[in-house]
Amino acid sequence: MTKERGDLLQGTLDMLVLKALQLEAMHGWGITERIEQWSEHVLQLGQGTLYPALYRLERQELIRSEWRITENSRRARYYSLTRQGRRQLETELAQWQRTSRAVNQVLAVTVP
Amino acid sequence: MRWIREGWRRLRSLTRTEGIEAGLDEEILFHIERQTDKNLRAGLPPDEARRQAYIQFGGVEQFKESTRDEFRPVLIQDSLLDLRHALRSLRRAPVFTLVAALTLALGIGATTAVFTVVHGVLIKPLPFRDSDALVSLKHTSKDVNGGPPYGLSLSLFLSYTQENRSFEQLGVWSRGTEHVTDGVLPEEVTTLNVSAGTLRALAVPPAMGRWFSEDDQAPDALETVMLMDGYWARRFGRDPSIIGRQMAVDSRPRLVIGVMPASFRFLDEAPDLVLPVRIDPRTLTLGGFNFEGLARLAPGITAEHASADLGRAVPVWVEAWPPFPGTPRADYFQVTPLVRPLKQELVGSVGTMLWVLMGTIGIVLVIACANVANLVLLRAQDRHQEIAIRAALGAGRGRLARQMLAESLVLGLLGGALGVLLASAGLHVMSMLGPAGIPRLREITLDPAVLAFAVGLSLASALLFGSIPVARFGGRRLALTLQGGGRGSSDSRERHRARHVLVVVQVALALVLLVGSGLMVRTFLALRAVPPGFTDPDHVQLVRITLSETQIGDPERVLRAQRDMLDRLAAIPGVTDVSFTGNVPMAAGERSRSTIEREDVPSHGSQPLRWFRYVAPGFFRTIGTPLVAGRDFTWVDLEEYRPVALVSESLARELWRDPRAALGQRIREGDGSPWREIVGVVGDVHDDGVHREAPAIVYWPSLMETFLGQEINVRRAVTFAIRSGRAGSDGFLAQVRDAVSGVEPDVPLTRVRTLGDVYGRSLATTSFALVMLATAAAMALVLGVIGIYGVIAQAVAQRRREIGIRTALGASRRELEAMFVRRGLTLALTGVVCGLAAAVALTRLMASLLFGTSPLDPAIYVLVALGLTSIAALASYVPARRAARIDPVQTLRGE
Repeated sequence: MTKERGDLLQGTLDMLVLKALQLEAMHGWGITERIEQWSEHVLQLGQGTLYPALYRLERQELIRSEWRITENSRRARYYSLTRQGRRQLETELAQWQRTSRAVNQVLAVTVP
Repeated sequence: MRWIREGWRRLRSLTRTEGIEAGLDEEILFHIERQTDKNLRAGLPPDEARRQAYIQFGGVEQFKESTRDEFRPVLIQDSLLDLRHALRSLRRAPVFTLVAALTLALGIGATTAVFTVVHGVLIKPLPFRDSDALVSLKHTSKDVNGGPPYGLSLSLFLSYTQENRSFEQLGVWSRGTEHVTDGVLPEEVTTLNVSAGTLRALAVPPAMGRWFSEDDQAPDALETVMLMDGYWARRFGRDPSIIGRQMAVDSRPRLVIGVMPASFRFLDEAPDLVLPVRIDPRTLTLGGFNFEGLARLAPGITAEHASADLGRAVPVWVEAWPPFPGTPRADYFQVTPLVRPLKQELVGSVGTMLWVLMGTIGIVLVIACANVANLVLLRAQDRHQEIAIRAALGAGRGRLARQMLAESLVLGLLGGALGVLLASAGLHVMSMLGPAGIPRLREITLDPAVLAFAVGLSLASALLFGSIPVARFGGRRLALTLQGGGRGSSDSRERHRARHVLVVVQVALALVLLVGSGLMVRTFLALRAVPPGFTDPDHVQLVRITLSETQIGDPERVLRAQRDMLDRLAAIPGVTDVSFTGNVPMAAGERSRSTIEREDVPSHGSQPLRWFRYVAPGFFRTIGTPLVAGRDFTWVDLEEYRPVALVSESLARELWRDPRAALGQRIREGDGSPWREIVGVVGDVHDDGVHREAPAIVYWPSLMETFLGQEINVRRAVTFAIRSGRAGSDGFLAQVRDAVSGVEPDVPLTRVRTLGDVYGRSLATTSFALVMLATAAAMALVLGVIGIYGVIAQAVAQRRREIGIRTALGASRRELEAMFVRRGLTLALTGVVCGLAAAVALTRLMASLLFGTSPLDPAIYVLVALGLTSIAALASYVPARRAARIDPVQTLRGE
């Protein structure tokens, strides 16, 4: 009895999370900040949707987590990519580029 | 692989859920705080900053829940929930639970018990290494009146040993008795006489010491003996220094060379000592088929191959050895080897009977499941409001189905556990009765394979009776149920169809079993009705007494001692007749065979082998066999070595057509013996069991001259038959013992039994099958009757309102009763018709168990069909009567 996850952006969100973690390990809030910054505040995710995605990715062993102390000496859970996660990110990026190029081409067709 | 890891992770997280949960809380709190900080820095007032942070995050609880979904082991936790739910709801309905579990326990217990026997006897390999390669070696020939296969002679064994290419090991064995003569009291012990190859074929090493080798078989070798574990413990207290010591067996010292382990079982024998077979080739002839053959097949050889291979060795054997005195050499060419798997030989004809029983009990289990399914359906019907509400509140169809199944599984396992207890109690009782001609009884145990079977059976039954209500109430048209409300809508045929089908199935199966046990009863009665050839066997005491050559040397003195014993036995109060015989009628394995020549028809070519038996005067009067013509032996016949004989009526009719015509004819057992005159013809005795034709038998006096190559032939081991109303009682046996030891002290009584025991044993397989089938049929009948009763009673309960209205409108009591009885009868008759068809098809499988009836015995079918229908009518009449008594005023007011 798995619940239906109607989130259309799900696949995309997973890819964005992986991308955000490409450079360094980050905690949840950091990831939302990073995505917002990079998208120049276009992509405003409901911040809560991040957490199911993080647990899902961890279960799929694409990311791993550990508790660390932040610069303000608070305990926070930091996520980082696994090797499998990096590979997944590459394939997803390639896929995405193919798809978006194709979509762009379709949209670029001028209709007389 | 992936799903295994996934399953494991989920399983593990079941225990770690709380840790993860706390982590998630902390993480979300941290997130909100950071967002609040950010909002503060953007210039919002503290309260607003926090509020905005929550808004930006979204519904905290909602996201927590969907995050939980990512790590929660949904299936397992739900299953545990289902299980807990099931337990709770079963506990709330103790009567239902008890009835259902007990019904199942009966079905599963009975099936498990019978399976244990089937497994122990038929399926489990014999307890020897690579036991499939073990074979028994027997022989048939065309003319032993179609008698059972027989063993082999030592000369044949030696020829086979030289000629065969099929066996890795080949040995012979025989049963025997000896007297152990050292110690305080001499005792008679059972011995197993084996050649070295027998032990090597079985490949069970001794616990101590060594096996026999070919050297121990030589006629001039030092005499040796091996002890069985039980005897070693009983006689020597497990003294380990026994190896190398001597013990006196039949007054001759034998060197103890080995002890067999406690786990060693030699087929169904229970010997005390193992002795080597002595083989002196110089004295051997072709004859003397007194040994059983046992061999281990060489790799890749089948039993058929081996039979054919040995067949080629038979002519070589016939040419190589001298014939038995009086038997023409040509006779031996018809000896045909028969190699069969040892297990098949051991199990024999019991196999069919056990499989029929297994099928029978399986049917009882199905009926029990149908009953429980009925109960479960009833319960589901009572609860369909609840089910509908739960469906309306969002429980998926699968979830509801799983919950119902969980209940069934719990019931099934409960029933299974009780059933195993029942089975083990039943087996305990059975092994105490220790009966019934069932081989390998000592090997039967409730082992892991049987337990696995019981668990599988419980689960399968649970699925069987659990899936029916699921199919009926699996969330279909539940809205209708809610609309219909709690009001008992008069009667919807559709709603009852499942229960009706179940009842019909029950009645049909019960009918099959009743027909089966009816046929067995008929068989049993037919067998009992066959005159066995003796009368009132329970009052004939049998004891075997052996006078060894060391005790009395002279043959005439042996007879005199036996006569003295007869006189003393006859003097015991209450003894009406007493005599003795060389071996007992109907006791398997206790008789001999030889050719018989007739004086009136000169022999040419081969003569058929005939059964013969030695008797003393008065034996037939003692056991109640009638004298058809002529006279019995007299003591004078024996004292004067008169050449006389008696024959059975069947032999007289076969050879001379008329018993009287046989009188005065002369026969002999072979060349060189005097012709012996037939002085009397006695009634037939069913030696092979009453279900077989009475074989033709020749009776010789127990003391004769020039018989089978012996100058004086006397029976040293004889069985006394003593007719007395006190036969079998301890006091009587004590008197018998005194009488015997008054003549010859230190002679033990062996094989103490009554002729009735021997007779009962010959019926054992049939009576066992009868008891089991009748028990099964009785269970089936009870369950079927409960089924019909239940359906009608429920129909009455649900239609109270309608009945009230009908009564108010003037329906008579009788009409109302008839209405319900008719309904029960319709169900029962449908079941009876289906059952008759099934019985016709199924009873054919038990044809080989039947005697004096056929699988299609019309009387049984009619009787069972009528009986079952009237019982069904009665079962529906009881609730119907209650319906007719319903007070319309009360019922209608209650609405």
